[in-house]
Amino acid sequence: MIRYLEKIGSTTIWLLGDLGRMGSFLGLGLGGIFKRPFRFSAMIRQVRLIGANSFWVIFFIAGFTGMVLGLQGYYTLRKFGSEGALGSAVSLSLIRELGPVLTALMVTGRAGSAMCAEIGIMRNTEQLDALECMAIDPFRYLITPKFLATIISVPILTLFFNVVGIFGGYLAGCGLLGVNPGAYWSGMEQSVVNQDINMGIIKSFVFALVIVWVCAGRGYFVHVIRGAGFGAEGVSKVTTQAVVLSSIAILIWDYLLTAILL
Amino acid sequence: MSQAVIQFKDVVKAFGRQTILDRVNLTINSGKTTVIAGPSGQGKSVTMKLILGLLRPDSGQILVDGQDISRMRSKALNEVRTKFGVLFQGSALLDSLSVFANVALPLEERTRLGKDEIRARVLATLGQLGLTGHEDKYPAQLSGGMRKRVGLARALMLHPEIMLFDEPTTGLDPEKSLEIYNLFLETQKKFGYTSIIVSHDIPKIFNLADQVILVNKGKFNTFASPEDIQQSELPEIQAFVQSTMGKVYLSREME
Repeated sequence: MIRYLEKIGSTTIWLLGDLGRMGSFLGLGLGGIFKRPFRFSAMIRQVRLIGANSFWVIFFIAGFTGMVLGLQGYYTLRKFGSEGALGSAVSLSLIRELGPVLTALMVTGRAGSAMCAEIGIMRNTEQLDALECMAIDPFRYLITPKFLATIISVPILTLFFNVVGIFGGYLAGCGLLGVNPGAYWSGMEQSVVNQDINMGIIKSFVFALVIVWVCAGRGYFVHVIRGAGFGAEGVSKVTTQAVVLSSIAILIWDYLLTAILL
Repeated sequence: MSQAVIQFKDVVKAFGRQTILDRVNLTINSGKTTVIAGPSGQGKSVTMKLILGLLRPDSGQILVDGQDISRMRSKALNEVRTKFGVLFQGSALLDSLSVFANVALPLEERTRLGKDEIRARVLATLGQLGLTGHEDKYPAQLSGGMRKRVGLARALMLHPEIMLFDEPTTGLDPEKSLEIYNLFLETQKKFGYTSIIVSHDIPKIFNLADQVILVNKGKFNTFASPEDIQQSELPEIQAFVQSTMGKVYLSREME
C-alpha cells in the first residue's frame, strides 16, 4: 500500500517537474528569437528541411484528400439533390478542419520526428553539453531556428494544402462525376468567408507551436524522461512518444480552437 | 606559489536518494595538471559537470578564480565558461558539421573575427595537431584518435585557461593513448593552461600529474604524487591501486 502511494507521489513529482521543464523550454525557445546574433541562415535551412522538403508529401496527401472529399461529398449531396453545393462542402471542410489538421499531422510525422531524433542524439552524445561549454546558447544556436522555421512553414504548407485539396475536389467532382464547374467554384466563393480562412490560419500557427515544442522538447530532455531508457533505444522511444504526444495535442487543440472560434 | 583556480567547499550533490558527492573539498592550482581518478560511477563526471556549471550542487560552494559559480545566473556563467576548454569522452563533435566547421564554431560564435582570419587560425591549429588535409571530412569518417584531436583543436581555439579532459583515452589503444597524452603535454607547454584529467585508471597518466585526486564513494582523497597513492594505507585506495596498477604496487611492496 505504502509502495503504491510512493509510486503515485513520485510520478506526480516527476510530472510536475516535466511540466516545468517543458514550460521553460517553450519560454527559452521563443525567447531565443530576441537574442543576438540572430542565425538567419540556420533558420532558412530549417525552413527548407521542415517546409520545402514537405512539398510533395503535402501535395499528394492534399490532392487525394480533396478527391476523396469530392467523391464522398458528391454521393452524399446527391441524395438531397444538391450536388451544386459540392464546392462549398469541400472548401469549407478543407479550410477549417482538414487542411490545418492533416498538414500538422504530416509535419509531425515527417519533420517533428526528425527534429526529436536529431536533438536527442545530440543530447546523448554530449553535443549539447559541448555547445554549452563553449558558451554557445543551444537555444539560440539550435532550438530557436527550428521554432521559427516551423512557425513559418506550417501555415504556408496549410494554405498550399487547401489550394491543392480544393483542386482535387474539383477534379473528382467536376472532372469525373460531372458536377457543373461553375456551380463548384461559385459555391466555394459564396460560402467561404474571411473568418473561415482566419480560423484555419490561427489553427495552423498553434499546431506549429505544438509540434516544435513537443518534438524538440522531448528530444532535448531525452536524458531525464522516465522509462525512456538510454542511448539509441532512449532516442527511439522518445521519438515515438513525441509523435504520439504531438498528434494527440494537435487534435485536442483542434477541438478547443474550433469551440472557441466558431 | 601557484594560485587556486578551482575550489570546492563542502560540495554536496545527490540524485534522488543517492548521494554522489558528500561534502567534498578540493583545490586545483593554476598551471598544474590534476588527475581525478576512480572507479566508474563514483562521481567523476558529476564533478566535471559541476566545475563547468552544467550541474549545480545541492549545497556548498564552487569557486572558479574566486567567483562562486554554484548560484550564478546563466549570463555570468557563460562568461566564466569562456575560461574553459573541454575535451569530452566521445569528443562531442557536432556530427552534422565538417571538421573545419567544428573547429571554427567557437570563433564564429564567440568572436567577431572575419572569415579569412577564422580560416587561417583554424587551419593553423589543425596543422599543429596533425590534421592537415582532413578539414573537409565529417566526424563519422574519422578514427577515435583523430576525433579526440579535432575535439582538442576545437577546445583550444579560444585559448582556454583551464582544460578539462573527460576519459581522454577510453577506447584508444595504448599507443594512441600515449600519443594523446604527449599531445596534451605539448599543447599545455604552448598554451600554459591548467589541466584537469578525469580518468577511470591512473597508470598511464602518472608521470603527467602534479596532483592526483582519488574519488571513492563520494569522498575525495588528494595525493601530491603517485608515490603517495601507492603508500596510502586506506583500504579502498589500496584496492583501487591493486586493481588498476596491480604489478607495480606488488613489486614495490616486495622490495
